[in-house]
Amino acid sequence: MPYICAGDPTLDLSRELLLTLEEAGADLIEFGIPFSDPIADGPIIQKASERSLSGGTSIDQVLNLVSSLRKETDIPIALMGYYNPIFRMGVDTFCQQAVDAGVDGVIIPDLPPEEAEPLLESVSGCNLATIFLVAPTSTSNRIVKIAELSKGFIYCVSVTGVTGVRDVISGQVSSMVSEIRSHTDKPICVGFGVSTPEQAKQVAQIADGVIVGSAIVKMIEKNLFDELSMLQDVRRFAEGLSKGVKEIIVP
Amino acid sequence: MKQTMPDKTGHFGEFGGRYVPETLMPALLELEEAYMSIKNDSEFQVEFDYYLRQYAGRPNPLYYADRLTEKLGGAKIYLKREDLNHTGAHKINNALGQILLARRMGKKRIIAETGAGQHGVATATVCAKFNLECEIYMGEEDIQRQSLNVFRMRLMGATVIPVTSGSRTLKDAVNESMRDWVTNVRTTHLLIGSVVGAHPYPVIVRDFQSVIGKETREQILAQEGCLPDQVIACVGGGSNAIGIFYPFYHDESVELIGVEAGGESVLSGNHSASLGAGSIGVFHGAKCYVLQGEDGQITPAHSISAGLDYPGVGPEHSFYRATGRAKYVSIEDDESIEGFKLLSETEGIIPALETSHAVAYIASVAPQMNPSQIVILCLSGRGDKDVYTVAEALNVEL
Ligand SMILES: Cc1ncc(COP(=O)(O)O)c(C=O)c1O
Repeated sequence: MPYICAGDPTLDLSRELLLTLEEAGADLIEFGIPFSDPIADGPIIQKASERSLSGGTSIDQVLNLVSSLRKETDIPIALMGYYNPIFRMGVDTFCQQAVDAGVDGVIIPDLPPEEAEPLLESVSGCNLATIFLVAPTSTSNRIVKIAELSKGFIYCVSVTGVTGVRDVISGQVSSMVSEIRSHTDKPICVGFGVSTPEQAKQVAQIADGVIVGSAIVKMIEKNLFDELSMLQDVRRFAEGLSKGVKEIIVP
Repeated sequence: MKQTMPDKTGHFGEFGGRYVPETLMPALLELEEAYMSIKNDSEFQVEFDYYLRQYAGRPNPLYYADRLTEKLGGAKIYLKREDLNHTGAHKINNALGQILLARRMGKKRIIAETGAGQHGVATATVCAKFNLECEIYMGEEDIQRQSLNVFRMRLMGATVIPVTSGSRTLKDAVNESMRDWVTNVRTTHLLIGSVVGAHPYPVIVRDFQSVIGKETREQILAQEGCLPDQVIACVGGGSNAIGIFYPFYHDESVELIGVEAGGESVLSGNHSASLGAGSIGVFHGAKCYVLQGEDGQITPAHSISAGLDYPGVGPEHSFYRATGRAKYVSIEDDESIEGFKLLSETEGIIPALETSHAVAYIASVAPQMNPSQIVILCLSGRGDKDVYTVAEALNVEL
């Protein structure tokens, strides 16, 4: 399950990248809505957000892009974005337009359960999954609550920290996943810091899905002036990840 | 609607709350619990009071500015002398309170954001005093315009980390300190310097700063035998303002006026008047007035004074504005320079550029008032740190 930021480096290339990732074996795309102050993100995704915003990407454009992609692909798409642009648009309007565009779920990293009521009310009548995040610091009580509110899957944040590329996957992931499992049957996907096929394979042994963000965004950044190698590098890397994961997870 | 304490989940009216990554939620709950336990703990209050008196130099005077009053020829003007505190601004009140709290929570490492550097200096000061590791995030642009404060922080053993993302000012320093906190939350206390951020920060900082208003209220009653007509303070995040406003909240006859930075001008778009010209949004963990575009992207603020150069504002001010309890006005960059000169020339007090905005506002309204009316200005800090900026604005080479 790859993450890319919509509009990085352009909306047209995001479309190409998304389709490439699907061909390379992705099961779901986390599609980022850029934000000016992404406090849960490390430098790699911060820069992606900046590139996208400097190209003028708006939330409407992201929704339009998903809508037009729906003519070509059915791959599940979860939008990942900070709360303010959604709040500014109107939570109800956003949810309605997301459903109309064919979005399957939303992940809002700065919206903990305590503040989620407007979102939950807005999605109650429609088919939009709300994916909440569990962190290494979450207590059991909170995990229960988060699991209860999550639809689609539960996002398990593997590190105490921001998004980024890490050399090793922390040993605590497996105990986190078992703790979450003891409270719920919902699928658990692990993200933040997974950056190599080996790590993805390792995580796939315990989780139902693996989310890779910064490592992919880094390949986009490296090839900003060469679209062909960008798409090629991303494809090759995603294929590697997908192969690693699929050896473990039998659908 | 009246409200002086946030609701269970940290809201003043619709403002405030906790819009943060899940990683920080347990830490905010822990902080809230720790704070609730010391709030009514007399031992803590005695300790806090001791350091405010013996270390920070409180209480400071409420000084009748007779020459300024005479020069403006209207209302009687009093100055609450926060500039006389140790380290030269109101920021030390909050830094002392939070460091004592962090010590009780067993935190070994302190991080903070700073704009003008006053909060960074206050934090570095208390960390030196209580022997705690200290790292200060500061925008690269602010490091340049506040080099004196950067040196002071370093002298006291703090590490100053330049922030190069975004607009390289206070907003980005806050982002970076929050990212650090997300990463090191178990060992680290984030010492926020204003009444902003997620609950319980705005209420903690308000309570620690409200010593300003408590003293002021007693002093004016003792000196004049009546309450003032107006209390005026500059507003960046809003901590000196709420600190002096809050104890007057129930005194309905007292008009509370916050002065934001109008920058080049509010119409130009280059300003920091979030209450005057912003709209409701969610920024740095709280719902508040914020400068933003149609699309919900935060717009960089602008002010000649680094301490006011912030696109958001505290939730309690947002609530005061929405309910009409306080009024918010703005003063532009060049007017603030006039305020800076005015107080220096009439009273021999060089104010911080932040405070100079409030001085300039008073200069514009006091002449229309009559001599029986009393206006109190929160003189939030002294201006040594700003002499380079002001010299540049006046085309003087130092
Ligand atoms: C002297 C002085 N006044 C005012 C401010 C603005 O902050 P606040 O609005 O939180 O009082 C600052 C911030 O650095 C300051 O140094």
